[in-house]
Amino acid sequence: MTDLPATVETIRRVREDPHRLGHRDHGPEGPVKGAGHGDTGPANKRIVVGYGFWIFLLSDIVMFSCFFAAFAVQRNATAGGPAIGQIVEMPRTALETGALLLSSYTCGLSFAATNARNKLWTQVFLLITGLLGLAFVGMELQEFISLAQQGITPQRSGFLTSFFGLVGLHGLHVTIAGLWLATMMAQVQLKGFRREIVHRLICFNLFWHALDIVWIGIFTIVYLMGIGP
Amino acid sequence: MFGKLSWSAIPFDQPIPLITSIVLIGTILGVLGLVTWKGWWPYLWKEWFTSVDHKRIGIMYVLLGSLMLVRGFADAIMMRTQQAVAVNAAGYLPAEHYNQIFSAHGTIMIFFAAMPLVIGFMNFVTPLQLGVRDVAFPTLNNVSFWLTASGALLVNISLFVGEFARTGWLPYPPLSEATYSPGVGVDYYLWAVQISGIGTLMTGINFVTTVLKMRCPGMTYLRMPMFCWTVLASSLIIVAVFPILTATLAMLSLDRVFGFHYFTNTAGGNPMMFMNLIWAWGHPEVYILVLPAFGIFSEVFSTFSGKPLFGYRSMVAATLFICVVSMMTWLHHFFTMGSGPAVNTAFGISTSIIAVGTGVKIYNWIFTMYGGRVRFSVPMLWSLGFIFTFVIGGMTGVLLAVPPADFLVHNSMFLVAHFHNVIVGGVVFALFAGLDYWFPKAFGFRLHEGWGKAAFWFALIGFWVTFTPLYILGMQGMTRRLQHVNIEEWKPMLDLSVVGVAILVVGVVCQVIMLVVSILQREKLRDVTGDPWDGRSLEWATPSPPPFFNFAVMPNVEGEEAYWGIKLRAIETQQMSPMPKYEPIEMPVNSPVGFYTAFFASVTGFALIWQIWWLAGLGLVGAFIGFVVFAWRDVHEFHVPVEEVESADRARRASREALMARLAEQGALP
Repeated sequence: MTDLPATVETIRRVREDPHRLGHRDHGPEGPVKGAGHGDTGPANKRIVVGYGFWIFLLSDIVMFSCFFAAFAVQRNATAGGPAIGQIVEMPRTALETGALLLSSYTCGLSFAATNARNKLWTQVFLLITGLLGLAFVGMELQEFISLAQQGITPQRSGFLTSFFGLVGLHGLHVTIAGLWLATMMAQVQLKGFRREIVHRLICFNLFWHALDIVWIGIFTIVYLMGIGP
Repeated sequence: MFGKLSWSAIPFDQPIPLITSIVLIGTILGVLGLVTWKGWWPYLWKEWFTSVDHKRIGIMYVLLGSLMLVRGFADAIMMRTQQAVAVNAAGYLPAEHYNQIFSAHGTIMIFFAAMPLVIGFMNFVTPLQLGVRDVAFPTLNNVSFWLTASGALLVNISLFVGEFARTGWLPYPPLSEATYSPGVGVDYYLWAVQISGIGTLMTGINFVTTVLKMRCPGMTYLRMPMFCWTVLASSLIIVAVFPILTATLAMLSLDRVFGFHYFTNTAGGNPMMFMNLIWAWGHPEVYILVLPAFGIFSEVFSTFSGKPLFGYRSMVAATLFICVVSMMTWLHHFFTMGSGPAVNTAFGISTSIIAVGTGVKIYNWIFTMYGGRVRFSVPMLWSLGFIFTFVIGGMTGVLLAVPPADFLVHNSMFLVAHFHNVIVGGVVFALFAGLDYWFPKAFGFRLHEGWGKAAFWFALIGFWVTFTPLYILGMQGMTRRLQHVNIEEWKPMLDLSVVGVAILVVGVVCQVIMLVVSILQREKLRDVTGDPWDGRSLEWATPSPPPFFNFAVMPNVEGEEAYWGIKLRAIETQQMSPMPKYEPIEMPVNSPVGFYTAFFASVTGFALIWQIWWLAGLGLVGAFIGFVVFAWRDVHEFHVPVEEVESADRARRASREALMARLAEQGALP
């Protein structure tokens, strides 16, 4: 597979706006070569990688939606145990949310540095992103442990099962993303901005932001609606 | 140290699994020995196991699926014979063994026979038809295959280490919960299907991206062959519903291993949530299988009628209609849940409506034949058999879609007959049609026509003799999954069904003989032109078998039925297209990462089944190291030198010119 755009102008256009979003019928200049549109032939590798990863993210969100559905079904199945309002600790959750949202911002900054091919700042912002992610996972673990110490475990009731399942699945995702992040930092350090490494950074960014979006859902549906009336 | 695993897991006291295991292990050791003795390992490793070539991966999928089809068929023979002899008697299979057999039969047939076969054809055909050199993610494709193989391995290990699930092909809780199924059977099911399901999900992602982003120049959406459309629709369903399967199986695993309460019938668990989730995957799953099958039939009908597909655009619309509506019908699997008339009616209507899309397709195929010069070759016979069989299966399906009628035959043999009617008549017939149709493309020689026809007739007759009695039994009230029956009047129908199975066995034997005879007579059956059926899509523009880079020069498509257009032009001008300018081709390098991943997945899966926690941890760490090592490689592609490309294409052009000269001599050209 080759990167198809031939001229500097097309490369610039493809880089800045690969899908020519908002350009009906691909705009006056016709479909962009290398974007995989219409009859222009296969897309270039960057588009293919990003596109495939988007499809993966959609499938991952479908998986989360099953756990959301289970939570919705089992929210009141407390079996005489604690209900949602009794286990939510808002200050910690607010802090967790703040850490994760901030990490999305620093993740975005790291990609801006990547686009400028600035290794130092890419690494700095990736590191901050990772540390914020670590703080998030740490606080979540702390929450789980303190609940467990009060005998509030998933084995207690259907509600707690679906609560720990949904929140835990997200935590697991963030942990795996953290492993990925560490690997990426090592790769950027040792290999620099090779083509495939930039592609992976694109995917990593997408993944991190997607986890943030899922957390917004969890924060709203589990925590905010949990303390509500 | 070894969790729940001990020597008692080996079935020394049960002769049937023990003998089967010994024969199986013996055969495997024999094959491994032969491969070692002949020194084939380096070839297999370099050319096949680590291959990222979509054609090779497709062939490996088809091989895996065929082997598992035979295994699943053996289970079927045991079930039919058991029921026939167990009328007012115990039969030869004890209940716990019989329950494992029907669970294994369904699991293997759907996950490890039908899915690999369908995905095998998707792999082999799609990039060729799209005029490109590989799928979007060739290495991921290899990983997908090996994960599927890993799942199949785990299912087969359960034969001689431990036991398989006794809970049916979908492990309904609370029966499948740890309280009622304390053994490892359900765990084998869960991890085998989980691992192969992840492989399938990655296949889906790969093919959505391939069809949407990897088409040769000029191949707009409405110029794609029908098969590619069905692959796209099927892959979209995979991406949308396989995560549901992953989530559901993960929940059941959490219930079983850690005592969670997703689906338990105590402490606020909700078993019906499992039925909803699993069928939200399970119903679309049958369309994942049958849509590519429809694609195969579309190719066959148009090629063997010598006409373009009738109503191509309506076919596309019908395919996408089915793709969407397939996800809105799941509740018809449990109308008896008691959701009330409103909900049941809604799902009854959505289920009936999906038959409209299918009906459009059936008429399009019939009109494709109308006025055409129909050739009754083997693929065409399977396709005609399909129309006859599938329409009847569809009609019994519409009957089942009506809730009041469904209540009467719910969970009966009528249902069993219905879904075999559509899956065998729809999917399996398509796979045999596709096998005969694309075999020359894959291996360079055609399959023996006589034995192929014999296989078809035995399969068609055998199918109907097997399943018509089951429809009748279902109407008479026989429920499914009975280890023995106490009603003497059912005996004749059960016996007749066994006769049908015997005819099917003859059909299978014919298929095997067809393969052997074809390999022996391969020189006589050689396809030198690359276009043995007078095909219409781009795969027939390549030599048989195609070079690993598929196309020396990427085709430039100028209309529907790309290759047919090229042929017409050649016939009109009586010459080939001008010599293109050849360029070196960039191709992905082979990679062992799929094999490693599957190795660690199998180890981890086995460890989780037996709860050997340290081994599971080790497996996960090993998998992570494997990924990092893979991510560290620097060489992703290699260049095929222009001389190699040119010489391969010269040979192709020479054979095409010879074909044209021969046709001109016969006066076939204008």
